[in-house]
Amino acid sequence: MSVAEKAPRAGARPVRARAPRFTDEHGRRIRGWELILRYVLLVVVLALTVGPFVWQLSTSLKGPTEDIFSSPPRFLPSHPTLHNYERVSETIPVWDYALNSLKVATANVVTNCVGSALAGYALARLRYRGRRVAALVFVLAMLVPAEGIIIAQFTTMRELGLNNTLVGVVLPGSIAAMNVLLMRNAFLNLPYEIEEAAYVDGANVWQRFLRIALPAVKGTLAVVAIFAFMGAWDDFLWPLIVLSDPSKFTLTIGLNYLHGTFANDERLVAAGTIIAVAPLIALFACLQRYFFRGVGEGAVKG
Amino acid sequence: MATSTVPRTRSSRPARRPQRRPAFRIRRQLPTSPWLFAAPGLVVTGAFILYPFVSTVINSFTDRRTLIPGRFVGLANFRELLHDDMFWIGLRNSALYVAGVVPALVLLPLLLALLVQKNIPGITFFRSAFYTPVVASIVVVGLIWVWLLDERGLVNSLLETVGVGKVGFLSDQWLLLLSAMTVTVWKGLGYYMIIYLAALANVPRELHEAAAVDGAGAVRRFLTVTVPAIRSTMVLVAALSSVSAFKVFSEVYLLASPNGGPAGEDTTLVMLVQRTGTGLTGRVGYASAISLVVFAVTVVLMLLVLRADRREDS
Repeated sequence: MSVAEKAPRAGARPVRARAPRFTDEHGRRIRGWELILRYVLLVVVLALTVGPFVWQLSTSLKGPTEDIFSSPPRFLPSHPTLHNYERVSETIPVWDYALNSLKVATANVVTNCVGSALAGYALARLRYRGRRVAALVFVLAMLVPAEGIIIAQFTTMRELGLNNTLVGVVLPGSIAAMNVLLMRNAFLNLPYEIEEAAYVDGANVWQRFLRIALPAVKGTLAVVAIFAFMGAWDDFLWPLIVLSDPSKFTLTIGLNYLHGTFANDERLVAAGTIIAVAPLIALFACLQRYFFRGVGEGAVKG
Repeated sequence: MATSTVPRTRSSRPARRPQRRPAFRIRRQLPTSPWLFAAPGLVVTGAFILYPFVSTVINSFTDRRTLIPGRFVGLANFRELLHDDMFWIGLRNSALYVAGVVPALVLLPLLLALLVQKNIPGITFFRSAFYTPVVASIVVVGLIWVWLLDERGLVNSLLETVGVGKVGFLSDQWLLLLSAMTVTVWKGLGYYMIIYLAALANVPRELHEAAAVDGAGAVRRFLTVTVPAIRSTMVLVAALSSVSAFKVFSEVYLLASPNGGPAGEDTTLVMLVQRTGTGLTGRVGYASAISLVVFAVTVVLMLLVLRADRREDS
C-alpha cells in the first residue's frame, strides 16, 4: 500500500504542472497513479466493510421462491419484496421489542445526561468535604470491567426485585462513571470568570449550573447522549442475563431468540437484523461528527 | 461544611476587567447542594458497580447459588478451577483471542487510517462508511456473519465459484474461533481507525519532509517517522483491544452457539461465567471465582502493555 506521498523532486514541478489537480492536506499534489491506487483500495475496503450489510439487506428483500443459496451468488433480489418483514413480525413481536429497546435507550440517554452533568459539575466546580473521595469513586468504577461483575449485578437485581424488568436493564449503566469524568473535564475547561460574574450578580448554584455552565458544554453532552443511546440499543450480554421473560425482550435479545429458534430461515433473520440496525445507521448518518468526537474523547480516557 | 466555590481563574481569555479571585464564601449555596449534585451518580456507581465488585470477591469464597445463600468455603472454588477442564479451555480460547485479535487491531486500522488520511474527493464518505460496523450492534454483526459464513452462505458460494470448494467455517473448532476473531477485527477496524487518524494529524510534517530530502521512500518513512511518532497511540490501541479481546463473549456466543461450538471447545471465559452463574441453578460462587480470574488477567494485560511502552522509552 502506498503510504505517504512521493518526495517532490526539485525541478519536476513546472513539467507536470497541468497533470494532477488533487492535492493533499499540505497542498502538495498527488500523482495520478497514486490517486487511482488509492481509490481502488478504498472501494475494496468499502466492499468489505459495507458489503455484508448490503448482502443482508438484499437477502431480506428476496422472496420465498428466489434461490438465496445460488452459486455464483446473485447480489440483487430479482423481485424485491417486504414479505419477510411481515413474516418476522408474525413470528416474534418485533415491534414490541423495538419499543422496549427504544424505552431502554431513551431512559439511558436521560439518566446519563442528567446524572453525569450534575456529578461532573459537582466534581469540577463545587468545593465540599470529600470531593476527592467522590472523584476517586468514579475513577475506580471505570476500572472495573463490566463482564467481571455481571453475576453479582444480576444477584443485586434479584435482591431488589428488578430482574426481568426494563428498569433492571437500564440501572447498572444509567450513570456511567466514564460519562461523569467526561462531563467533569468539559466543565473544567470552561473559563471560570463567567460563573464568577454570575455569582456577583446574585445567581445561586442551580442558576449558575443551568443557565451558564450547562449551555456551554452542549457538545460533550451530545456525545454522552449519543453513546448512551448506542450503548443501550446495542447491548447484549447484560439484557441477556437479566431478562428471561420473552415479552420483555429488547431487540438484540429478540434477534438472538429468533436466530436460535428459526436459524434455518435466513430471510427472516436478515429482515430482523435490518430492523435492528437501520435506526442506528440513520442516526449515525445524521450525527457523524459527534460519533467521531466521542471516539476521541473516550480513547483519551481509556 | 465548607461550601465555597473553587477559585479557578483561567487567564486564557483576555479579561475585560481586572481579574479578582473570589475571596468570599458562597452563602446562597445550600451546604448540602454539592452532595445533591453528586448523589445520583454516586448512588448508581456504588450500588451497581462497586457493591457488585465487592460482592463478587466475597462470593468467590462461598458456595452461593442463585436461590441458596452460600457458606464460606475458603479457596475451594479456586482449587476446583485448577481441575476444571472447561475453565482451561475458556482460558486458552480467551488468551488465543488476545493473541489473534490484538496484532490485527493494532496494524490494520493504522493502514486504513493512512489510506483515508488524505483529503481527496469523497474521502469523508469513505471514512463514515468504514465506521458503519462500529455503530451496529454486535448481535446484528454476529448474525450477518453467521449467514455470510454459513455452509451455503455468500463466502462459501464465492469460494465454490472460484473452485476452492466449501469450507466449514462454523463447524470446525479452530475455524470457528478464527471466524469469530475476524468478526471482532471487522467490527473494531473503524473505531481504531478514528483514533489513529487523530494521532496521525499530529505527526509533524517537517519530519516527513526531512526524511524525504534524505532520500527515504514511503515505506521507510512510515517505519522511521510515522511509527515512532504515534507509538503511544499504538500502545493505547493495544491496551484497549487486548482487554476487550480477553473479555470476548458475543461473537463466539453467536457464531459457535451458546454452548461454545462442538463439545464446548470454543467456550471463552466470559461465556463460562454466563453459563455457570445465571439461571435458577446458577453457581454464583464458582462463577464469581472465574470472574475474578477475568478481572485479574485484564489488569495484568494492561500493566504488561504499559510496561512494554515504558521499556521502549528507555
